[in-house]
Amino acid sequence: MQLPKRRFAVWCLTVISPLLGLASHPALAQVPRPWEMDMQPAFSPMKQAIIDLHNLVLVLITIITLFVGALLAWVCIRYNEKRNPVPSQTSHHTGLEIAWSVIPVLILVVMAIPSFRLIYYLDRTPDPDMTIKVTGHQWYWEYSYPDNGNVDVESRYIPDEDLKPGQLRLLDVDNQLVIPVGKKIRILTTSADVIHAFFVPSLGSQRYAIPGRTIELWLEADKPGVYYGECNQICGQNHSKMPIAVHAVTDAEFKTWIEQAKKAAGASPSGQHNMVAAAERTDPGDIQR
Amino acid sequence: MAELTHGDDHGHGGHDAHGAYGHDAHGHDHKPGFVQRWLFSTNHKDIGTLYLIFAVIGGTLGGTLSEIMRAQLQFPNNHIVTSGQEWNTIITSHGLLMIFFSVMPALIGGFGNWFIPLMIGAPDMAFPRLNNISFWLLPPAFLLICIGLFMGESGSGWTLYPPLSNQNFEPGMGMDCTLFALHLAGASSILGAMNFITTIFNMRAPGMTLHKMPLFVWSELVTAFLLVLSIPVLAGAITMLICDRNFGTAFFDPSGGGDPVLFQHLFWFFGHPEVYIMILPGFGIISHVISTFSKKPIFGYLGMVYAMVAIGVVGFVVWAHHMYMSGIDVDTRAYFMGATLVIAVPTGVKIFSWIATMWGGSIRFDTPMLWAIGFLFVFTLGGVTGVVCANAGIDEVIHNTYYIVAHFHYVLSLGAVFSIFCGFYYWIGKMSGHPYPEFWGRVHFWMTFVGVNLVFFPQHFLGLAGMPRRYPDYPDAFAGWNYVSSMGAYLSGAAFLVFLYVCFKTFTSKEHVADNYWGEGATTLEWTQTSPPAFHTWLELPRIK
Repeated sequence: MQLPKRRFAVWCLTVISPLLGLASHPALAQVPRPWEMDMQPAFSPMKQAIIDLHNLVLVLITIITLFVGALLAWVCIRYNEKRNPVPSQTSHHTGLEIAWSVIPVLILVVMAIPSFRLIYYLDRTPDPDMTIKVTGHQWYWEYSYPDNGNVDVESRYIPDEDLKPGQLRLLDVDNQLVIPVGKKIRILTTSADVIHAFFVPSLGSQRYAIPGRTIELWLEADKPGVYYGECNQICGQNHSKMPIAVHAVTDAEFKTWIEQAKKAAGASPSGQHNMVAAAERTDPGDIQR
Repeated sequence: MAELTHGDDHGHGGHDAHGAYGHDAHGHDHKPGFVQRWLFSTNHKDIGTLYLIFAVIGGTLGGTLSEIMRAQLQFPNNHIVTSGQEWNTIITSHGLLMIFFSVMPALIGGFGNWFIPLMIGAPDMAFPRLNNISFWLLPPAFLLICIGLFMGESGSGWTLYPPLSNQNFEPGMGMDCTLFALHLAGASSILGAMNFITTIFNMRAPGMTLHKMPLFVWSELVTAFLLVLSIPVLAGAITMLICDRNFGTAFFDPSGGGDPVLFQHLFWFFGHPEVYIMILPGFGIISHVISTFSKKPIFGYLGMVYAMVAIGVVGFVVWAHHMYMSGIDVDTRAYFMGATLVIAVPTGVKIFSWIATMWGGSIRFDTPMLWAIGFLFVFTLGGVTGVVCANAGIDEVIHNTYYIVAHFHYVLSLGAVFSIFCGFYYWIGKMSGHPYPEFWGRVHFWMTFVGVNLVFFPQHFLGLAGMPRRYPDYPDAFAGWNYVSSMGAYLSGAAFLVFLYVCFKTFTSKEHVADNYWGEGATTLEWTQTSPPAFHTWLELPRIK
């Protein structure tokens, strides 16, 4: 009986401690928060645009749902058997039928105009400053920097037993995706095996990573910090264990990091796996599937 | 009249025509022996019964899997399901079982077979033996799904996307069994749909024009067209996948010149009409129940008919809203978004027409009406979140998250399932001759209503906050709402047990119900037959004025 009790205790701590400010996270790490009821706050212009449209749509659908709910409540109260023993036999009212066809069309038009604008806005990276290639693998991400000396990074989740204090289970990785803050990054996604999806909610970016296909995605972070995401298309056994951590740093820090990465790449013979590579792979069964 | 069934070994000779409606009022018809009657049936009522029993079995297994899923997700870092592969197989099987082996058999095979002939005044379906084949294709299909499930080799999601479903990544016979199961189930649906279309077009009683046909029959007619047109595309996609897996082709394998996105187009060309297939018969049932219990005719009958037709037609040209993240072109996304938003209009017309039917009525809140009113509310909720999902821009952060899961469960697990229970409580007296226990019916409704809302409403929050779907484990921050959702699942599971008890009490009841036990509000032809109806009905055709 030990295990369920311990799990329950962990759950309590996980849920309650952030509310008491006991959890410690790296400075400005954008993570999901316990009991979150809304989208993660925006740290990019794209996410902000998405939040703005969603707020409009949410108001519209809340009004519609409450309206329908109120009508339902009213008919149940006013027209129940006891209060209305003789039913009317009205089954037509042209005006009403026109109204409830036309008014929804108008509401949809109000919603559609900003919706169309948003998808055209999000489609391509406007004047990209650099390109990063993101390759999905079973079960890790590979980030390549073709504009910066072909630096290549493999990013894997940190198994529970290796988590250091302050690190987030299933979100923190060994090597983060480092980007310069405030710059427009053109991400090109692809995959080496099955379909994955690169998804960072707080930056408002998601696209599939499909083998044999290259898809463009706009990534940008307004402020320095770490922004977490997860693989978002079922990709096999460890689909839930390939998170994404985007670390936005200042220009200077980015240059330093790139130089260090290039040096490390130069040092290793293959020039490819310059960071911690496949050491964490344990179960051979993982590789097969 | 066309030649009747062959399952009956005693001719009806001259003693079947009584009164204006020509029904065997005293059950003098001779039913065949057990094997002839249940294995070789050519009787639409018996086949409908087989489908309904099968749907309960499919739903029980699918529901058990969902209880396991919610138990796993109740806490982060749980180990009820020990491997990711096992998890992926469970969620895949849950989806396939609920769709193909529970909702569709209940709404189309079950209620469709039972009530289409009764409502149009036809003695049976146009092809009674084909009807039987349609049913008996399903048990082997179910077995094949179970093989895939228990071998743990069907881990692609119900959407079956390659390359994950390909030979390299899902080797083993289990995946092929699952694919073949879908072939069988698909064939079953196509044959059934052909039967329904022929019956409805050709065998309506004299005087029953299409515009006098009950709305449930209309809903099944539109559904049948959707099936006939969309399932062959699924069959094509599955066949191509089976060939890729087993015969060295490369339809979906980029290393051989193929494209994984081609599968997505083919799958969703079927997949989107499929969801309307699952809900349209439900719309028909709700129309009947609301009209009966408000004691009013349905408001705007023609509008309701053409709304269903519009939903069916437009439903064929919106499939790529499931593919916004697959790298399709921005203009393509813009088109599909616009087309998807259009479907909200006929759907809204239906909701408002149902409410207008109740308006001015004299409403009784028996159990079927509780389910119908519950349906109106939860389907509205699910429908409006569909509008959010339709937005390709917003979809960039909610695609494949629990927001999507919440949306489709609201329209299916709440919408379609509510309509199934609605039909059950409305028609079980007619089908069995016994009343259901009203008290336990209400208990079932309220437990289910609270339970499923508890499961799925918090999932909107999880999705907005970024929790991906198809995850057996999640970052700790998502723990709170997951716990609430799991509590709802246990309540809903208990409610299902109450439903089984209701079935037991109904079938063992000593009471008998009248021909029309709902009174003046029930105006369609099935209410003129006995409860249960004779083995052969409408041997003399009614005349509709």
